[in-house]
Amino acid sequence: MTFQEISENLQKKFGDAVVLVKADAAVDPFIVVAAQSVCDIALHLREDAAMQFDYLMCLSGVDRKGTFEVVYHLASMTHKHKLVLKVSVPADRPEVPTVESVWKTANWHEREAYDLFGIIFTGHPDLRRILLPYDWEGYPLRKDYETPEFYNGMRVPY
Amino acid sequence: MIETHHSQPATSRGTTLRTEEMILNMGPQHPSTHGVLRLELVVDGEIVVDVIPHLGYLHRCFEKHAEQMSNYQQVVPYVDRMDYVSSMGNEFAYVVAAEKLLKIQVPERVDYIRVIMAELQRIASHQIAIGTYGIDIGAFTPFLFLFRDRERILDLFEEACGARLLYNYFWIGGLSHDLPPGWVEKAKAFCAYLKPNIVELNGLLTYNKIFIERTANVGVLPKDVAINYACSGPMLRASGVNWDLRRDDPYSVYDKIEWDVCVGRGEAGTVGDCWDRNIVRVHEMEQSLRIIEQALAMLPEGNVQAALPKRIMPVASEAYARTEAPRGELGFYIISDGTGSPYRIKARGPSFVNLSVITEISRGAMIADLVAILGSTDIVLGEVDR
Amino acid sequence: MDQFLQSIFGDTILTHVFMSVLPLLFLLVCAVVTIYVEMKMAAHMQDRLAYMRTGWHGTLQPVADILKLLQKEDIIPASADKFLFMLAPYIVFVGTYAAFAVLPFSSSYIGSAVDLGLFYVIAVSALVVVGILMAGWASNNKWSLFGAIRSASQVISYEIPAALAVLAVVMITGTMSMNEITKFQEGGIQNWLIFGGPLPIVHKLLLIPVMIVLAVVYYVCSMAEVNRTPFDIPEAESELVQGYNTEFTGMKFAIFYLAEYANLFLVSAIAVVLFFGGWSSPFGSFMSGPWWSLFWFSLKGMLFVCLNIWLRWTLPRLRVDQLMYVSWKVLVPFALVCVVLVGAIMVM
Repeated sequence: MTFQEISENLQKKFGDAVVLVKADAAVDPFIVVAAQSVCDIALHLREDAAMQFDYLMCLSGVDRKGTFEVVYHLASMTHKHKLVLKVSVPADRPEVPTVESVWKTANWHEREAYDLFGIIFTGHPDLRRILLPYDWEGYPLRKDYETPEFYNGMRVPY
Repeated sequence: MIETHHSQPATSRGTTLRTEEMILNMGPQHPSTHGVLRLELVVDGEIVVDVIPHLGYLHRCFEKHAEQMSNYQQVVPYVDRMDYVSSMGNEFAYVVAAEKLLKIQVPERVDYIRVIMAELQRIASHQIAIGTYGIDIGAFTPFLFLFRDRERILDLFEEACGARLLYNYFWIGGLSHDLPPGWVEKAKAFCAYLKPNIVELNGLLTYNKIFIERTANVGVLPKDVAINYACSGPMLRASGVNWDLRRDDPYSVYDKIEWDVCVGRGEAGTVGDCWDRNIVRVHEMEQSLRIIEQALAMLPEGNVQAALPKRIMPVASEAYARTEAPRGELGFYIISDGTGSPYRIKARGPSFVNLSVITEISRGAMIADLVAILGSTDIVLGEVDR
Repeated sequence: MDQFLQSIFGDTILTHVFMSVLPLLFLLVCAVVTIYVEMKMAAHMQDRLAYMRTGWHGTLQPVADILKLLQKEDIIPASADKFLFMLAPYIVFVGTYAAFAVLPFSSSYIGSAVDLGLFYVIAVSALVVVGILMAGWASNNKWSLFGAIRSASQVISYEIPAALAVLAVVMITGTMSMNEITKFQEGGIQNWLIFGGPLPIVHKLLLIPVMIVLAVVYYVCSMAEVNRTPFDIPEAESELVQGYNTEFTGMKFAIFYLAEYANLFLVSAIAVVLFFGGWSSPFGSFMSGPWWSLFWFSLKGMLFVCLNIWLRWTLPRLRVDQLMYVSWKVLVPFALVCVVLVGAIMVM
């Protein structure tokens, strides 16, 4: 399926939940969807026979200064097409429903996004820090992050 | 087995044996975690009841570093240090993504050299994977045989770019150096040299009875689980999924070259067991030799640097590109905000994703099996933790 | 030897001290040589050279290693059971060394020519397990404990087929004295028990296949008893770090190390006594005599040590359940059948 067909399919099925279809992006076209319905859309994308996005390539958090984005790179092994799905949430309430139930691989990716951006994935079964120590404070990949002076009595900047 | 001691309280003269689970820390310093991975094991005697991985001991926040760079080229040395036993593979993925973002077309010679280097690196990386896997199973000798051969590959790399491990060889839009004179002949000689050694390796390790006993039917990863966990590379192919990005999502010049995708067939046990993961790597080494030989034969003359502006200024855009690194799908998601330096780079490392399935496939295995399973996933902690 | 020493010192304590120190000297030299041989053999199997710089072809390296081990700091983990921790290596070593008492090194030297030599060896070498269990328990380290428990189950399982193999030999020779068993096989290579011993030709021909099976069974068991690959699961470096001796350093570790190599020679020597004519010359009376017999004994023992090294650096490691399978379902039935066959042949 082409990007055009996928976006039309989604718009037909989910209506307003599809916030933006950016077909003329400079490199990869993408679709922005509403945060609260991302899990349903994900399930539909995976289950729909014409799309079958069974493979979540990558899940990334992005700090857009004021909003946080979660970007899902999807691929289908049967149809060999790809899709970029995005969710945008305000920085003061960065909550996105988890897609862990759809793609198990999202588990660690979401933990990473939580770890480095502080995006809360609601419904995640095990939302702990993954790369940083469990008692680390702050979310380093945020653009306004400042390295703490000390961590457990050890100087951090060196 | 898990509930034994909850449901049947211990009595001093009871007939049931009171068993208790034990928490065992495997790592961060352990010979077979291949680096600094900590696995928290819940064991019932020798049986593993649960595995809880704790990562991050090697975390350097590569992604934050990349954001601090003043241009895209400066990220390459950092990329090298992700999966430090297959740096060429990392560079390949990064430059493919960056060139997609910056819309750069590289000269054909560059593409061929990149493919040759990436495949040599794949052989070198698989040699480490198979060798250390032998050590995990207790066979030390194949490891040194493989390292002897790997040295030759590193010699070739050293001649081409001066470094043996962290190359900084693939540049955006080209390569740091052209191949030195005589290199192509040496690479051809290496291909001829390695072929019989793979046969020797099979006799020494792959088809050893004890090795088969230890790895066949252990840590079986079913097809659907592998896809749902987004496993990739030999891990995915061993589970019987005929999927290789070099063929199914071609980049560079792989579509002009002929080779076979190796898939696990369950020769020794079940499809998707540890033995299959190992044999897929062995066969991939053979296929990589085929690719290298073809690429060497097709290698065109020409420039190894695309004509680029002095300072690359992309438009605000974003690109995700993925390549088949030795360990699987290595993807880079690069966002540019229109300035010279990257706004955000996310690396999707195959080791990170492949490791996440370990809990799923090691429940009920023995401790010795867990070592076999972990070895067969072939993770590099530099990439898991980034 | 005994008489010779008594003629010098009389029946004093000095005689007995001398008698008991000789195997220790032999063992120390043997361990140093074995370490060197193992490193070199392993290296050449792996297409490398091993140490080349300490002395000619690195011959002084084992000495340097021992000196290094002696100088190492002796660390006892804070939470270890100190008494058991200190005792464990010595128990392991004593268990091994005590077995040397009944080894007939030469036609004129045997520490103690007891009639129940073989029985004594099997009994006293079980002491090693106690030491290993102590080491694993006292370290207060779960990995060490795993190693110790694995070791105990392994050694106990493998002693059964080993004892059966020994039993078959005893049935043929009619004695448990190691010296007598050796003397039984004197007179050349054709009289070795692996070739049926000095029995009538029909018996011999019938015995040869049985004895070969028994020798293999015994040798496999002996590999398991010295905890070396493919049976090194108590130490399994890639699984249990270093098993029961993970926490040991310096001299204590050196003693474990020494005990391992002593044990290696011990089991090889027993195999030599049981099946390969002990100290007797393969050429009958040619090249025999006290010194020659010492030579033959050491040579045969070292050959089996080398065989062990060869296997160690070739094979992967079995898993703990497969190890039990090999012992109980392969070796024990084979050994049992062989014992029955030997009995049948002997009454024929």
